[in-house]
Formats: sequence, C-alpha cells, structure tokens
Amino acid sequence: MNDRPYAILAEFENPAAILRAADKVRGEGFRNWDVFTPFPIHGMDRAMGIQNSKVGWFSFIGGVTGYATGMTMIWFMNTVDYPIVIGGKPMFSPFSAFPPSYELTILFGAFGALLGMLFLNRLPRLHHPLLKNKRFKLASHDRFYVVIETNDPKYSETATRKMLEALGSKHVEFVEE
Amino acid sequence: MADAAQALKMTQSAPLVVHAPPAELEREPLVANGRGIGWLSDTIAGVAEGSPAAWWKICFAISVTMMTVCFLCILYLMSTGVGVWGLNHPVMWGYAIVNFVWWIGIGHAGTLISAILFLLRQKWRTSINRAAEAMTIFAVMCAGIFPLIHIGRIWLGWWLFPIPNSYSIWPQFRSPLMWDVFAVSTYFTVSVLFWYMGLIPDLAVMRDRARTKIRKIGYGLFALGWTGSNRHWSNYEKAYLILAGLSTPLVLSVHSIVSLDFSVSQLPGWHTTIFPPYFVAGAVYSGFGMVLTLLVPLRRLLKLEEIITVRHIELMCKVTLLTGSIVGYAYGMEFFIAWYGGNPYEKYLFLHSRAADPFIIGPLLGIEPAPYWWAYWTMIICNVVVPQLFWLKKVRTCMIAVFVLSILVNIGMWFERFVIVVTSLNREFLPANWGYYSPTWVDILQFLGTFGLFFTFFLLFLRYVPLIAIAEVKGVTPQADPHHPLGGAKTGGRHP
Repeated sequence: MNDRPYAILAEFENPAAILRAADKVRGEGFRNWDVFTPFPIHGMDRAMGIQNSKVGWFSFIGGVTGYATGMTMIWFMNTVDYPIVIGGKPMFSPFSAFPPSYELTILFGAFGALLGMLFLNRLPRLHHPLLKNKRFKLASHDRFYVVIETNDPKYSETATRKMLEALGSKHVEFVEE
Repeated sequence: MADAAQALKMTQSAPLVVHAPPAELEREPLVANGRGIGWLSDTIAGVAEGSPAAWWKICFAISVTMMTVCFLCILYLMSTGVGVWGLNHPVMWGYAIVNFVWWIGIGHAGTLISAILFLLRQKWRTSINRAAEAMTIFAVMCAGIFPLIHIGRIWLGWWLFPIPNSYSIWPQFRSPLMWDVFAVSTYFTVSVLFWYMGLIPDLAVMRDRARTKIRKIGYGLFALGWTGSNRHWSNYEKAYLILAGLSTPLVLSVHSIVSLDFSVSQLPGWHTTIFPPYFVAGAVYSGFGMVLTLLVPLRRLLKLEEIITVRHIELMCKVTLLTGSIVGYAYGMEFFIAWYGGNPYEKYLFLHSRAADPFIIGPLLGIEPAPYWWAYWTMIICNVVVPQLFWLKKVRTCMIAVFVLSILVNIGMWFERFVIVVTSLNREFLPANWGYYSPTWVDILQFLGTFGLFFTFFLLFLRYVPLIAIAEVKGVTPQADPHHPLGGAKTGGRHP
C-alpha cells in the first residue's frame, strides 16, 4: 500500500525562521517530526520541547564500572591470584590502586558517553530516506529543514503544506520512502 | 503609593535605550569579513578536496622518508640491543625517556583546547581545536613508541599490560610505571574518541559534498548516517560536554602521572612534590608552542586567515606566555627549595650539576662548571626569557616572530626534559660512579624519525579530514544566532 511519501520537507533560510517554525509545529501538536540543521541552534531544544538528554546516565554507569573494575582487578591480581610482597607493605592498598582505577573511570565513562549518544540516536545506520533526497544535502551546508513524517496523526497533505508555507518556507517537497 | 505607581508607569512607558559601545571596544569577530556559513563549508572542506598542492607533496615525501628512518632505527635496535644507544651506567634513562615526555607533553595543548577551553566557553577554540586534537593523537603515537622500545626486550612489552606472564605473575601496581601505562593508553583512547565524535558532523558534510562513489561510501561509513537532526544534536551536545568534562581531569592526570615516574623515586632532582603541576604547565606550554608552529604556516598556505585570524594567534600566544611564566616560577621554586630544604645532595645537584656555568656563576662561586650547564641555560633562556616577548602586541601579531618563538619554546621544553632526566642521573651518590651521557647517531636519528611519523600522519589528516571543525565554527558566527539580525532576527542582538 505504500505509495505514501515518507515525509514532507520544508526548507528555511536562517536560524530565526527555523526556530519560529519549530515553535509553531510543536504548538500544533505534531509528534513524528524533526528539525535538521548544519549546527546545533541555541534555543531549539526548548522550541521543540525536547527533554534533557539521557547521555549522562550512560557515562555515569560507565565511570562507576570503570572504577570498580580497576580496584577489583588490582586487588585480585596482587592479593588473591598471585600475592606479591613489596617492601613489607599490605597486599592491597587503595592508594596505589587509585591512579589506574581513576584512568579506567575516565576511559569507561568516555565510552559510555560516545556509545550512549550513538545508542540514543539509533546510530550508526546505513540508510535513511532523507539521505537519498537531493535537496536535503544542503542540511549539512547552509539550509535548515523541518521534516514532518506522513505517519503523524496530525498530518494532512494540504493543511500541513499550507502551514509550512505560511511559516515562510520557500521550498516544500515530499520525501520518498 | 500613588507616586510610586506613577514612577513605575513612567519607567515602563519610557523605552529603554541601550547605546552601542564605541567601535574600539567591539571585539574582533571570530570569522573575519562577516563570512557566512555556506562559505565556511566550501572553504574548509575545500582543503580536503581536489588534488594536493606542490608543497604538500614535497613535505609528504620528506616525512615518509624520515618515518622510514625511524622504523629502521627501531629494527636496528631490536636486532642488536640497547647498546646501540648512548645509555651507560649511571645514565640509564636517556633520549628515549626525554623524547617520550616531550612528545606526550605536546599532546596536552590539544586536549586543553578541546576540553578545558570548551568548559570555559572560549568560543575562539572552534577554529583550532580539530587540528590541535589531531596533533595530540599523533604526538601521543610518537610518544608511545619510546617506552615500548626502551624496555630493551621489546617482545616482552606485553608484560606491561594486565596479563599474567609465563610464570603467572601479574604486573605490580605499586609502580608508577604501571600507572603510566594506564594513563597514556587511556589518554590516547579518549583523545581518539573525542576527536572522532567531533568529526562525525563534519564527515557528514564531506559525504554530502562527495562527487566520487569511493568518497561517498568512505565518508558515508565514517559519518555513521548523521543527518543533523536536532534530536540527535541534543544528545550529541550533551555527550560532547561530558567528554570535555572527562578529558579535563584526564589531561591533568596524565602528565602528573608521568611526573610521578620521576618524583616517586628517591633521586635528588626527581624527588620533588612540585613535579605534577610543573609538568602539566610545561606540557601545555610546549603543546601551544607546537600548535603555533603548525598553524601559523598552515593558515597562510591554505588561505585560512579569515578563520584562524590574528586574534586567534594572539590568544594562543597569551596562553603560551601564561604557562611559560608558570614554568619559570616552577624553576625558581625548585631552585629555592633545593637551598631551603637543606638536603645537601639536592643543593649540590642544582648548583654543581645544572646551573654552574663557566662564565658567571661558576667563577663567582668558585665551582667547576656543571657538565650540562649549556643544557640548563638553553632551557632557562627558551622557557623563561623567550615567552616574555609575548607581552608585546607587536610580537604577538607578527607571524614570523610567533613562528620563530614557537620553535624556541619547543627546543626549550625538550632541553627541560633532558635536564631533568640526564643531569639528575649523571652524578650518583658515589663519585666513583659518575659518568657522562652523550647520544649516539641511532638516538638522534630515532628522535628525528619520530618527526617523520608525526608529519606523515598530520599531512594525511590535512588531505582527508576537515582540519577545522566546520559545524562548530558555523555555530559561533552571527549568522548562526537566531537572535541576531544576520541570523534572521528582526531586531536586537550584538555578536559577543
């Protein structure tokens, strides 16, 4: 049945226009829509009503895992599996184990941040309908786009198009699946 | 009451007028000539497109040759043994450790620019952070070679990692050398992650501009399907902030741990509590020297003067001046403590083994000239005197002067490591064990060879990847500000 296009795309020429457009589209109650810009625009998250990102949790869990890994690893190696007496000191000391554990905290935390970001964004992906669109190539150059998916409950072929044109978009087109 | 209401009404009705500041107080824009965001894409991505320039080919040929020399020296070392180096008793740490500390120090400016300046909201970092981070990664690669080859039996290098050796013994974690393994490998990995994450949107730019199928697929794969969705940007910006927050304590810890390799020992000249902050300041100082050495000619050759403006160069000179002065203070404090601490060995080392020159201090105090007095005074002149020239605006804005001084900075920092490593070792507690260290041709070629490695990677970086963070520079222009007239706003907005 899928003759329906994937989405409707509207091009805007400057950040102020796209910010106004995003505010309006969110206000109209659309759900499956997004804004595409060559760089993050200040205030866009609020205009789109996006909640604070959850990347921090991934990084935090990574960091805690890293620290615990470091401490347990060193304790196990130098105390349990093959105890080595050095200078008559206790088998395990949290102080000398701290620097490697600290580094592992940062290492795992950094992986948590990057992989968490990719996971939340559902990246990497090899295919996206927008990336086939010729006009959309300017999204990484100097144009700004509002894209509303056709499966949005509020979507209507004529009314949505009219709304986007009223917002000042000079180029509105459909994106094929 | 009525009066107050009247007054309030009056203030409300009178329109608030804020006068523009006088022109001389206006900051120079970060991108000159009001260039727009499309121009930025074309200019920066253009560097990595098209065929390479003649200077690039010549530099690349020289670099690859030097890199080959580096690997041949390693091969010779492995097949013959560490006797091919100038190491002796008592100087058992020589060029390898000097070069390791020097190269890893250079990396620190990249992380400082990308992480600490990001947290401090220094927008000028956007023009230089990508190249500086690339410099970090390649410098750490050069650094990483040396500890590996200096262990002598290179095939046992895996003993450094937490893997039990053939007798099932694990590494010994009380040793700062083990901490160093973790610090340096974490530093390298996190620098690569940070660099790559910053690259993702710019690789998407390259993908969207690509004309050939190979470029389209290559950049497309590494761009991971980035579309520039604002829902993605939101997570991306948070992750970038967290990585900056994690890299800041990381960069401070790396050179601190490198310094602990020395200061945990009992040797006069190494056993000093000032070492960690002193090493970090020196690292940032030498790193900025290297960033200037690279970017001052590059902005000219690649015609990027409108993006890496004179203001950027000036600001980097100021950071160099600041960190150079901290290093100078540390030298003074180290010397003072050698006297004030009352340790006769330390006092002896600083005066008789380092500072006593044959012209002034030696004859004045009636002391024999120190064996490495020339190294000590090269270090003082290059690291304490030279950066003070950056107080002058004329020097900071003269590109030739900046270039020459930045090279002197790096020479000075190399000698600092030489002074720390060699002059502390060459006079032992027992005078019968005293010795003199001089490098062999293998030492010298090995060191020069790492420049080949560094520049080979750096030149490849210039060819294939945008050398300036396109998305980030776009974000700091007035055209990107939705509250600025150039960004489409009807009123208001002055560019910060």
